[in-house]
Amino acid sequence: MEAEIQHANQKLATSMYYIDPHIHMVSRTTDDYETLARMGCVAISEPAFWAGYDRGSADGFRDYFVQLTEVEPLRAAAYGIEHFTWLCINAKEAENVQLSRDVLKMIPEFLDCPNVLGIGEIGLNKNTPNESIIFQEHLELAIEYDQQILIHTPHLEDKYQGTRMILDMLADHSQLDRSRVLVDHVEEHTVRAVIDAGYWAGMTLYPVTKCTPARAADIIETVGSERLCVNSAGDWGPSKPTAVPDLIFEMRKRGHREAQIKEVVFDNPRRFFNQSKNFQLSDPEDR
Amino acid sequence: MKSSKEILDSEFLDLRSKLLDLAASLDRIDRAEGSIAGDERMQLLAAGIAIIAKDDPDRAHQIQHLFSREFDPQWKQKFNMPTRN
Repeated sequence: MEAEIQHANQKLATSMYYIDPHIHMVSRTTDDYETLARMGCVAISEPAFWAGYDRGSADGFRDYFVQLTEVEPLRAAAYGIEHFTWLCINAKEAENVQLSRDVLKMIPEFLDCPNVLGIGEIGLNKNTPNESIIFQEHLELAIEYDQQILIHTPHLEDKYQGTRMILDMLADHSQLDRSRVLVDHVEEHTVRAVIDAGYWAGMTLYPVTKCTPARAADIIETVGSERLCVNSAGDWGPSKPTAVPDLIFEMRKRGHREAQIKEVVFDNPRRFFNQSKNFQLSDPEDR
Repeated sequence: MKSSKEILDSEFLDLRSKLLDLAASLDRIDRAEGSIAGDERMQLLAAGIAIIAKDDPDRAHQIQHLFSREFDPQWKQKFNMPTRN
């Protein structure tokens, strides 16, 4: 065991750069940006999400979208990190259909901002009719404006049911390019359905409620690394913004090749994001 | 990649610790005041422990399904959701 950790530590000395494709930096401190940079993070993407309370009006979302498109890119740039974002009304607040429609009307105003990659993180929370209606309307917006899509799948006991419902709704749209859609927060019981249907999948490394680094590595070993990304989803709740380096460490301990690790933590998210007109990121090795 | 023996060598103490944590948590629940008779969560935990004890290769997958709500393929009709194209 000591030899394995020593080996992984030696590898860490030659730090691997990576992308965190899902992290909520509006909820994190500037110190976290510095820590991410020190750990090798070169780019992040920040989907719009639930702030921990329900906002009272569409103007609350307008302010949030300004924060995502103007403020966070500057905070990230101070530490050499590229900041990208996704816009939507999240699944939890989508229960309020009128508010959701007001926000949906406003989103196109922001789609030309230089760091916007697409519509997200849309999805389901408690798998209700209202959430499903607003999910469909987000899909229609994404198709109309030729946007990529990032999808949140529900938590815990609702995940399997909600993921299947989401796949059903996605299948309704034959004009949707599946290679431009990422279904996030997959775990052992949902990953294959997402990958087999031709979508990208994201694994979230959460301390208790989602994947641990060890289980994420297990999934990579059983499903493969094609169209699979990994993220911290660091936010205002129990989460760890440096969870992606934890996976790098876990995979090194197991003896995975450096090229395969890099594929999961850098090449894959870059390949997925490259389909957005606003994404530009060179490989640090080529600089 | 590592052999089964190598994985067991490196993870044995961790697995032992996780088993002790699980046993101690259940003991803590038993020691406390009040009753949890009929609490479905205890049945789920017992079923999960039974899955772990089986000699199957996909225990994590089975446990995920144990703790999941069922999917109804007819959900759209129940929600009156139109199929869109």
